[in-house]
Amino acid sequence: MRDDLTRLDASELAARLAAKDVSSVEVVTAHLDRIAAVDPDVHAFLHVSEAAVSSAADVDSRRLAGERMGELAGVPIAVKDVLCTADMPSTAGSRMLEGWTPPYDATVVRRLREAHLVLLGKTNMDEFAMGSSTEHSAFGPTRNPWDLDRIPGGSGGGSAAAVSAFEAPVALGSDTGGSIRQPAAVTGSVGMKPTYGGVSRYGAIALASSLDQVGPVSRSVLDAALVHDVIGGHDPRDSTSLADEWPSFADAARAGRASASLAGVRVGVVTELNGEGFQPGVRQRFAEALELMAASGAEIVEVSAPHFEYAIAAYYLILPAEASSNLAKFDSVRFGLRAEAGGTVEDVMAATREQGFGDEVKRRVILGTYALSAGYYDAYYGSAQKVRTLIQRDFDAAFERTDVLVSPAAPTTAFRLGEKLDDPLAMYLNDIATIPANLAGVPGMGLPMGLAPEDGLPTGLQIMAPARQDARVYEVGAAVEALLDAQRGHRLLADAPSLAPAEMGAARAGAV
Amino acid sequence: MSEITSDQVAHLAHLARIALAPDEIERLTGELGTIVDSIAKVSEVAGPDVPATSHPIALANVFRPDVPGATLTPEEALAGAPDHDGSRFRVSAILGEEQ
Repeated sequence: MRDDLTRLDASELAARLAAKDVSSVEVVTAHLDRIAAVDPDVHAFLHVSEAAVSSAADVDSRRLAGERMGELAGVPIAVKDVLCTADMPSTAGSRMLEGWTPPYDATVVRRLREAHLVLLGKTNMDEFAMGSSTEHSAFGPTRNPWDLDRIPGGSGGGSAAAVSAFEAPVALGSDTGGSIRQPAAVTGSVGMKPTYGGVSRYGAIALASSLDQVGPVSRSVLDAALVHDVIGGHDPRDSTSLADEWPSFADAARAGRASASLAGVRVGVVTELNGEGFQPGVRQRFAEALELMAASGAEIVEVSAPHFEYAIAAYYLILPAEASSNLAKFDSVRFGLRAEAGGTVEDVMAATREQGFGDEVKRRVILGTYALSAGYYDAYYGSAQKVRTLIQRDFDAAFERTDVLVSPAAPTTAFRLGEKLDDPLAMYLNDIATIPANLAGVPGMGLPMGLAPEDGLPTGLQIMAPARQDARVYEVGAAVEALLDAQRGHRLLADAPSLAPAEMGAARAGAV
Repeated sequence: MSEITSDQVAHLAHLARIALAPDEIERLTGELGTIVDSIAKVSEVAGPDVPATSHPIALANVFRPDVPGATLTPEEALAGAPDHDGSRFRVSAILGEEQ
């Protein structure tokens, strides 16, 4: 009976908690038990909170005392390790920060606490969010709950695996080039990258400041919206935070779910995000999803975004350039690792960064240093910033004729651990569909589309809208989700292996 | 074709303050050459008439009132430091002997 609690959405848990049918302690304990049972194999978590049960007990006593709390009060949530938590280590998946506990909470974490969500722990990620498979974590990879020999996507593979393995109903992620949406696609879960500036970056360990955005990870569009409502909004501590008044994203998701209709919605299909490099089964499910949307009243419009083919190139100049600057703070002086080395402070610094950074981080820091060097700056970084303008113009032109743009959220299903580890360029192509939204700052969501016929693994649909129109993404996303679930007869994650301890060996052997 | 040499990578590693081992320099020299070749295409479309975008949603003059706000205490600021003397970060020599 208690195990059933881990199968419920955050919205359902919230309703039961509000009705006092169940206590937060029961809900949180059920999830901690699930973590204990399956996480030795999945490895979604780097740290499990020791305070979760006492936090839950506090929420329960407040509720019994009649205190008015937020809708998600008492609901557990997992937090990507890129976000600072004052009561838990925050490593960003790096040896550089192993064991480091920050002196403050990220704004999004503070808002979770103020809304009385219960933090379950910190989730695994590629080191400093550099990667598409979670294999670049210094603490070992996370495994895909659908097939433990495969990657869960990245960089936020830990958060996506945690929700799709029913270790947490919801989680936080961060998305610089697809790190929320691509893991959602390959694990059959939902993830939203908000409009740039829609959610505070304060306390999010920066990768590329002009691209990073924090967002929700969940098993339903409504749950993502509920979390977004808690974490979003202006933060004076982030100078890129938008001062907009945002509508309720949960209301938008509920409206979309209730209508389950796309009547009159102009859905743009980006030609450049559905061709070479996309797996046949991904394209097949995408074509079927388009048919379903059209049957539900959507007007399907083919649009071309001719500069998207330059997006990855621009991204792999802008990101390393900004990262090489952001990661300069890891200097062995103020926090984190200090190597045992003699010499000057600069010698110690260089030895520390050699020891503390993994291969992918070094690769990108050196690449960024190169792109920013005198003599190369205009040709590389300067040109990449111009490509950014051209990509924004492509979006503007496309949105003149459409309400939302859709594409597969990832070009392939989950690949095997190790398969692309020695080929950085192949790894970079995993974000081909998601990078344009980061370069332009527009919101984008990944949600389950169906299983690829050739391998039985999840594929994801991406929905993008103009900047600031996050509510439109939730409304359309919830409608598409309702249509797909109705057609399938159940949610995609219902097809995932249960990961019950007895089946773990079989799942590993590929028999499940 | 970009021509990235191992000397260049060694210089970049010095600029980035990463004491790369010789085998890492060799490996990165090859990898960077391949990566740079594939991303150099940005210059194909970046004509002189295209303005640069540094930031997806540009904001200007983001100020706050000039009043003290909550800040870290010295203890909090030093809590994660590898070494400190109670009020300051402690490091090894700033200058080398030849300086």
